[in-house]
This record gives sequence, C-alpha cells and structure tokens, in this order.
Amino acid sequence: MAFLAVELRNITKTFPGVIANNNINLGVKDGEIHAIVGENGAGKSTLMNILYGLEHQDKGNIVIRGKKVRMENPHVAISHGIGMVHQHFMLVRRFTVAENIVLGREPRRGPFTDIRKGLEKIREISDRYGFGIPAGEITGNLPVGMLQRAEIVKVLYRGAKILILDEPTAVLTPQEVKELFLILRNLKEQGHTVIFITHKLKEVMEIADRVTVMRKGAVAGVRQTGETDESELSRMMIGRTVYLETGRKKAEKKETLLELRGVSLEDEKGVKALDNVSLELSSGEILGIAGVEGNGQNDLLEAVWGLKKTSSGKIYLMGRDITRLEPARARREGMSYIPADRQRHGLVLEYSVAFNMALGRQADRSFSHGIWKMNFTGMREKSRQMISEYNIVPGNPGAPAYSLSGGNQQKIVVAREIDRNPSVLLAAHPTRGVDIGVVEIIYKKLLEERAKGKGIILVSSELSEILALSDRILVMFSGRITGETSPDKTCEEELGMMMTGSISMQERQ
Amino acid sequence: MKRKTLMINLAVPLMAVLFSLAVGALFILITGKNPFFVYSILFSGIFGNLYGIGQLFFYATPLIFTGLAVAFAFKAGLFNIGCEGQLYMGSLLCAWTGCVFSGLPGLLLIPVCLAAAAAGGAAWGFIPGMLKAKTGAHEVITTIMLNFIALAFTNYIVTSHFFVPGTVRTPQIAAAARLPAIAGILPGFKGSSLNFSFFIALAAALAVWYILYLSRFGYELRAMGYNPAAGEYAGVDSSKMMIVTLAVSGGISGLVGSNYVMGYKYYFEQGFSGGVGFMGIAVALLGKNHPFGIIAASLLFGGLSFGSLLVNSVVPKEILDILQAVVILSVVVGNTVFSRILLRNSATGDDKPDTQRADAIIGEQVSREGLRRK
Repeated sequence: MAFLAVELRNITKTFPGVIANNNINLGVKDGEIHAIVGENGAGKSTLMNILYGLEHQDKGNIVIRGKKVRMENPHVAISHGIGMVHQHFMLVRRFTVAENIVLGREPRRGPFTDIRKGLEKIREISDRYGFGIPAGEITGNLPVGMLQRAEIVKVLYRGAKILILDEPTAVLTPQEVKELFLILRNLKEQGHTVIFITHKLKEVMEIADRVTVMRKGAVAGVRQTGETDESELSRMMIGRTVYLETGRKKAEKKETLLELRGVSLEDEKGVKALDNVSLELSSGEILGIAGVEGNGQNDLLEAVWGLKKTSSGKIYLMGRDITRLEPARARREGMSYIPADRQRHGLVLEYSVAFNMALGRQADRSFSHGIWKMNFTGMREKSRQMISEYNIVPGNPGAPAYSLSGGNQQKIVVAREIDRNPSVLLAAHPTRGVDIGVVEIIYKKLLEERAKGKGIILVSSELSEILALSDRILVMFSGRITGETSPDKTCEEELGMMMTGSISMQERQ
Repeated sequence: MKRKTLMINLAVPLMAVLFSLAVGALFILITGKNPFFVYSILFSGIFGNLYGIGQLFFYATPLIFTGLAVAFAFKAGLFNIGCEGQLYMGSLLCAWTGCVFSGLPGLLLIPVCLAAAAAGGAAWGFIPGMLKAKTGAHEVITTIMLNFIALAFTNYIVTSHFFVPGTVRTPQIAAAARLPAIAGILPGFKGSSLNFSFFIALAAALAVWYILYLSRFGYELRAMGYNPAAGEYAGVDSSKMMIVTLAVSGGISGLVGSNYVMGYKYYFEQGFSGGVGFMGIAVALLGKNHPFGIIAASLLFGGLSFGSLLVNSVVPKEILDILQAVVILSVVVGNTVFSRILLRNSATGDDKPDTQRADAIIGEQVSREGLRRK
C-alpha cells in the first residue's frame, strides 16, 4: 500500500494579525522532488517549520507515511526521517567538516568519540550520492557551496529519508547550483524524498517533479512540472503576469561620479581581497560587477563605503578624494549602500520597521531634531510612505524587524537606501531572497534612479540580473578585475566562465 | 505583542520576588522561627511608618544610580562592572571639592560638588572606554581591575593626605555643599537619613530614560548595542560611542557621592559603599535595564538591605542576604523559563522571533558564510 511520504491536512497557523497558513493541504509522494514556490511571506517557511516541528499548527494534522504524527519538536521530526537544511548554516567554524556532521550523534567507543567510525560513515554517504566533501577540512575554510553540502550530509547522517531544503540555491553560484542538482537527482534515485523551497521558477522547472504554488498563506495550485511552464507558475504565484523586461534606453555618458585608482585591500589574514582595482562610474549608468561570491565584490563596496580600510590606491567621488572616509561621512557625501548581508549590516532586528527606516540617516530632519530629539512623527510618516511604495508586509511601522520575512526585511533596506536620493548607489545583491513581484519593484526603482542620472554599482550573484540591468559589466576574480563587457556582447554562459577564470579577456577576443 | 513583552517583564520579577519569599520562609523555619512573624516585622518596619519608608528610599538611592549606570552601558552592549571604583572616585572628588571650595555660596557649591562627583566617576569610566576603543581590551576585565586601583587610591588618599587624624575619612564638606535632609522639611520622616539625593536619583532615571528612548544619541547607542555591525554601517562612530557611554555610565555611578557625601555623613569614608557598585548589576538585571524598572528594583533591594537591620534581632541578617540572592537567581532563571511558558501557552507564534534572535546570537559562533537570513 503506497502512502504519501508527507501529507499535511488542513494546516492553519496564525500570527498576530496575519494568517500565515490558511487551511493548507499538501501531499508529497515518496521519492519525488517536490518544489514549494511562493512569494516572500506566502507562508512557505512557516509551513516547513511546522512540518519540522519548529512551530506548531493551530489546526490540522501532519501525516507521515500514513501515520498521524504530533510534531512536538525537531527531534520528533528527525525520528520520523525528516531532515531540514536551513538557509543559514548551523556549523561550528573551527570544527572539521566531519566533527560538524557527527555533532550530537557522535559514534562512541566507551567514553570517547570514535571519529574514525564517523568518518567511514560520512565517506560512505559522500560517495554514494556524489557529495565529494572534504571531511577532514576545517569548516571555516570552505566555500558556501561546500558548507551547504556538509549540512545535507549532516541530515543524511542522521538518517533522514525526507529532506527539506529552504531556499538552497540562494547563496550558490550557477556552477554550484548545477552540482547541487546532480546530488538531488542522486538522492531521488536512491529513494529519498526532497522538498525544495524556492522562488526561482527556472530551478523548479529544471529539478522538480511536482510543484505546489503558495500564495498569501494558501495553496494556489499543484502542477506536474511537465504540464506547466514558468509563466503559468508566476501567474499562480502573484496572481498576475510579471514583466521583468527592463526596457532600458541607451545611457548617455556624462560626468564621472565615482573613480577608483589602483585600490588594494588586505583582509585580516593579510590576503589581498582587492588587488589594484581601477574603475569609473558615470552618471546615469549601472555598472554590474559579476563574480563568484567571495572574489572581492563585497570588499570593493565596503572599501568605497569606508567600512574597510584600503592599503593603497585612491577613491574619488565627484572628483574629491574620499579614500579614507568613514561611513557617516560617506552618507553625507551622497552615497547610499545596500549591504550584502541585510541582517548583519543593514538592519537592527530588534528595532521596529520605522526605526530601521531611519538607520544611517537618523540625523536627517525627517528622523530627528538634533542629537537630543528623535522625530517620531516624521519617522512614522516616512515609513508609511515607503511601506506602501514597496508593499512591505506587515504594514505596521511599529512591528519589530525580526518579525518580518526575509524579503520584506530586504525591502526595508532597499527602500531606505533609494529614498535617501543618493548620487551614487552601491547595491550588493539588492534582490537576494526576494520574490519575483518585489524584484520587479526593485528593478524599476533602480532604473528610475539611473534615469535620474544617478550612478549605480550593482553586485549580484544572479547573472540574469546583471545582464538585465547593467550598462557595463566588470568581472571580478580573486580580487582583480579580469574583464569588461556589456550585456549585448555576452551571455550567462560566457560570463560564468569568465567568473571562474576559465577564460580570460584575451582568449575571448 | 508589545503588551505581552511588558507582561513578561513585569511578571518575571514579581514571580521571582514571591518565590524568594517562599525560599526565605524555608530558611527562617530552619532557624526555628516563624516566617510570618519575621515577615510581619519586616513589612511593618518598612511600611508601618514614615521613618521606615524614608529609610527604604534612602537605601534605594545609591542603587538607583549604580543600576542606571550598569543599564546605560548595557544598552550599548558594554558591561560596566566598575561602578564600585567609579563611585569611590566620584565620591572622593566630591568630598574634596566640598571642602576646598567652601567659600562658594550653596546655590553654586551644590552643583559644583555634583559635577565633581560625576566627573570623578566619569574619569574612571573613560579609562576602560578608551582602552576598549583603542586597544580592544575587554571592558569587563579593565573595569574590574580599575575597581582595585580606585579602592587602593582612595584608601591611600584618606590615610595619607586628606583625612581627619585617627580616622579613615575626609573632613566634613562645607555646610553650603550639603543636600537638605527630608526630615528637616517634613518632620514625619524624623530619624530617617533620606535626603535630597533621592530626587537627584529619580531625575537621573528620567534623564536616562529620555536619552535612551527619545534622543538620537540613544537611538544610535542602542543600535550599536543590538548590532554593532549595523551601527557601524549606519555611521555610528563605535569608538567614540564606547568612550562616551562608559564615561557617562561612570558619571552616573559617581553621583552615589551625592547621597553619602553630600546628603548623609557629609564626608567621604573608606569602605562606605558596602558594595552598592556591584549590587547595581543585580538591580539592572532585575529592572530589565529599564530606568523605571531600576527604580522598582532599587526599592526592593534597598528594602531588603534596610530590612536586614530590622529583623536582625530575631533572625540572622544573612537570611535577607539569601533573599537577595534568590531574587537574582530566580530572575536569571525565570527570564527564560517564564517567557517560554507564557509564550507557549498563548500559541501566537511569538517564540518564532525568539528562535530567530537566538540564531542571531548563536550565529556569531556559527559559520559566517552561512548568510543569516530567512
């Protein structure tokens, strides 16, 4: 008798003022890759947290292989063969990969940990599914893609047959995504069930067998990927057709806004994070920086912003030397910065939405009257305006930022930085973790700024984004600018190869 | 949700107090006395007459200052364990000023002496601030070490340079520098040492509340406390902020001198504090680092200090020390336990942000590459 691997029946979950899940029914077949797509705040993560025992439904049942289960906590979920890989990794940096994987389930010999037995089992899992993880390496030295694999192996090590992956591709390069998909297919072939949360429809079509679309806390529909297409899914997701066509006009070159001359930067270990970087940004231009994560793109923006001190070279903003400017001055000089990691740099999670809207421009008249008095009225007004402009949910300026979904948190940062009306905008991954409806808003805003004659440096791991928005594209590889091109002269595949250093400019020409 | 947070913030300390009274009763039983009898002495002694209430406020005064000092630093993410040293430095400078500038009229001398008290403490807070900003030396270590230096230094001064022979205290400050005793104005408080310093403490609480929650400075300070990286991104000069915060915190500690030196004994005496600098940490904890909570917590701990004298004839005064310790322990434990219970029963999902916040904290130790986001 074939049971469904996972069946969620009439799951309802409310948060104060929000119905996160409204009478959700979801069935995942044994051995399939099942995608769950939906906008930010559609309730995907909540639903998966309920399945994994991190949160508890108000109503409804969870049925695992035909048996009703009360998911008290993740331990119950694990004992039923469910494993979850979160977006943020739970790994101890200083441990080896193997130590991280066995942590909490250490194989023992008497009172001692038998790491060799653990290593054997890890190697077996790694070989069987093609993970290829270096079990002996120190975790902190590995790239993101490898960390994610370690997380998946950790889940498998604990005996999971049903894997929940929460936005697994958000932090990966195109190459890493390909490798991950290979692994997922292997897992499926060997009888595992994969639940895959994403908002990237292209990936759904590529990897999933079936897809459940969620919208505003409810299921909007279930499809076989073979019987649907991206445009139908996106319509189901947001209830209308989306146009990411950017419709750019040719930029007319005007004055130079930002100029870097031979900028170098060393990281804490003395490794060159930036190596003799020179570039120019003109008004009315979007300059895309393409590169595999960790090749200096973020360092570049942080150096311009003043968060990192350069070791040599000069940075000019509208002809003035700003090389050693601290962030407070950078803001006054008319720059704005959407940081790569919104939770680390962009937000104070404990603060309300309104307070976060003021972050970095708390000295502006709209937010305070001098150092001794905040302007709460102005702050609320400004916040309301930005909340409605960017459709931030929930629309309450007093809600703490940590209560918002990742995409809505990102909207706060983007809204705030664009609203400052800077002449130069540094944008690192402006649409990271944001659903397609919001991507549309952010693209529109960026292009509006460009049309107003602003200069924008766009760092993104989404090549499609770089190609869609940029006027010029610089490629970075291990701290150097290794190539320049433009969207009409290149394509994703070629860019991808340039990013990994497999072709250089010379070879290309 | 805000209401629920408030409820927890009130319920936890309240439960802690009730729990500690129960534990205290147990200990009183062990000593062979009737707890109801002992507690009735305690409560009637404190609340039975104006003298008791006056003493309650008097004992609470220095705790308000040190509690505020700890909380102010804590809001910026800094642990000021050096209140004891700061209050000694502040009080000594206050006494010295009150003696040396005895020619000034009262209207001028009182503010000058208050400023001296604050300045002495601020200087002693400035040093760890500076050390942390310039060298990264952890303020917990430096403030603790500076306690010893302050204690030894003031000891040296009142035994070798500035003292009344045969004692370890300074001469009395000028009459014009003295804060009026409340008993002098309201005779009902006769015998109580309560003085005007209590109102200075209340004003300080109000000022701290205003600065933390309504000023831009406080906005930046708390942003840095919650998330230093975001504070820096937002242009808060973290070095400057650390120095200023610890100096202000030290200054608030120094104001303890207004109670003892300016309002009670009129001189500085070695060992006068009785550890109020360290009690400030407990007060801030119990008061949830909120100025108004700190006033309440100070009254509780002040009441217990005073109460230990009241019941001393019946039970050992250590019983009340036990009460204090149990209150602190139950608050520490209660914070997590009670919040969890309250949140789980309400099933509104408030615990979701909590796990996120825990992630954010744990995330510091966990792989940085794993971008912490939803």
